[in-house]
Amino acid sequence: MAENAVTGTPEEMSGDGVRRRDFINIAAVSAAGVGGVAVLVPLISQMAPSADVLAASSTEVDISSIQPGQAVKAVFRKQPVFIKHLTAKEIAAADAVNVGSLRDPQSLDERVKEGHREWLITMGVCTHLGCVPLGAGEGENKGEYGGYFCPCHGSHYDTAGRIRKGPAPTNLEVPEYEFTSDTIVQIG
Amino acid sequence: MSFPWAKEYQPSHPTMRWLDEKLPLPRLVYNAIGAGYPVPRNLNYFWNFGVLAGFCLMLQIVTGIILAMHYAPNALVAFDSTEHIMRDVNWGWMMRYAHANGASAFFVVVYIHIFRGLFFSSYKAPREMIWLLGVVIFLLMMATAFMGYVLPWGQMSFWGAKVITGLFSAIPLVGEPLQTWLLGGFAPDNAALNRFFSLHYLLPFVIAGVVILHIWALHIPGSSNPTGVEVKTAADTVPFHPYYTAKDGFGLGVFLILYCAVLFFAPNALGHPDNYIPANPMSTPAHIVPEWYFWPFYAILRAFTQDFLFIPAKLMGVIAMFASILVWFFLPWLDRSPVRSGIYRPLFRKFFWFGLIPAMAVLFYCGGAPAEEPFVMLSQIASLYYFAHFLIILPIVSAIERPDPLPYSITEKVLGEDENSALAPSAVPVEKSDAAPAAS
Repeated sequence: MAENAVTGTPEEMSGDGVRRRDFINIAAVSAAGVGGVAVLVPLISQMAPSADVLAASSTEVDISSIQPGQAVKAVFRKQPVFIKHLTAKEIAAADAVNVGSLRDPQSLDERVKEGHREWLITMGVCTHLGCVPLGAGEGENKGEYGGYFCPCHGSHYDTAGRIRKGPAPTNLEVPEYEFTSDTIVQIG
Repeated sequence: MSFPWAKEYQPSHPTMRWLDEKLPLPRLVYNAIGAGYPVPRNLNYFWNFGVLAGFCLMLQIVTGIILAMHYAPNALVAFDSTEHIMRDVNWGWMMRYAHANGASAFFVVVYIHIFRGLFFSSYKAPREMIWLLGVVIFLLMMATAFMGYVLPWGQMSFWGAKVITGLFSAIPLVGEPLQTWLLGGFAPDNAALNRFFSLHYLLPFVIAGVVILHIWALHIPGSSNPTGVEVKTAADTVPFHPYYTAKDGFGLGVFLILYCAVLFFAPNALGHPDNYIPANPMSTPAHIVPEWYFWPFYAILRAFTQDFLFIPAKLMGVIAMFASILVWFFLPWLDRSPVRSGIYRPLFRKFFWFGLIPAMAVLFYCGGAPAEEPFVMLSQIASLYYFAHFLIILPIVSAIERPDPLPYSITEKVLGEDENSALAPSAVPVEKSDAAPAAS
């Protein structure tokens, strides 16, 4: 009986020479293969951020007490966010730059909300390798362009948080946020 | 597997004979590191470092398992549990210092082991597989050491984790999601700490597995030797035991003196004080550098400050850093000279001592220095030489070099050219064969 299966009697052959055993082999290996690949989905996605980590990804900040020229560090997704109240001078300095000459060309208006030009809200995470730049705190080094300076590998950001010098490839990231009132910002 | 003149395992005790029939484990040991493994008679002290590396791996596994009994891999308590080990656990301070400095010792030993391989061309046929497996072990060691450094959850731990996983964010398109996936969050946190602990416990056993393959591959052609001339006759070899067990034992004693000197008298000399500050995601330490054993590669990472065509500087640095180790995989085919030992290669030797070694020393120094001039420019020059050495200089040197004449055999090199003394050592008085090496 087994002999027949191996050699293949004429009855078992269909027109194109496919034996029943070939079909069983292909079907079995395919089913096992699909199952094996399907198992990879949970094995891989268990490493992605868990529900509680994702749930903590929205923050409200009261900005009423931040004076022009000051900045605060808020926490968003366990990372610092810089909320900076720009002075007229800093806005003028940001507007004076020829956007085309920048590594990551963006005007100040593209980086702030309409009607809130004086509020620059960016991640406090250097786009090079993720250090926290200096410049938000009182008396910290603001770098050569008066914005932020990352001490790890020497990236300089200007008053609009745009990369001007050093290894970072892009401007400081602007997170999703909105003004829920004139004094409350909801980030995320 | 071995030379035909290797001694055969012949157990005399009935119990051992019984065991040999059922499970020939003692036979395996006898043939691997006992009298049944003939080894070239002329190995110098550079050949001690493989055994020392194996010892370091065992040291790290033993101290690491002990530390894991007292450590808690949770971001809330990881730092405190490390301090608990240091202050409250009986001998905990010694276990942790032994483990932390054991990592440094492991890298010292492995770097000398790699240096030996580079100078004496241990990577050449028929030993390519040993070399390739060695590079795999080194990569696994780097990953293990990095994840272990994160576990105390101090400032350097945290920011090291952030910067190193940040390397992956340089990859176009998938980089950012990949980093988030690796960390299990948007920044290093409990999820990252837990998985690093899990992998830090796993990888040493993976390393032990690859080490077994490394030694298995070694025992097929047998050890190389300082002349680079292959073993020809039984006179070229001595049994591993007792000759090299004794020599390795002596080397181990010297190693342990140095290791214990650091462990007991300067246990924090190689660490960073900042790592005794609990992790703070809101503030980066002013000067973050990795542990000393990553400095040369860190310098290569930071050497790229300009975008190149469409490739951003950040990606270039990451590619170069990985390439600086991956280039070792191609070494057996880049260096085409049939002569192995650097001793007989005058031109290779010049580039090795006056090119590669100074370049690596500069990279090492710059990797630990702040990211400012002149260190950035020095790293750029040294990185350039480093790659040029492997990709341009070695192939050219091996093509144009005229090597010095090689000895006919290991025995001739050791005992001199006297045919009688070389081929019939038993016929020669002892003091004569003792005097001969000094003359050669």
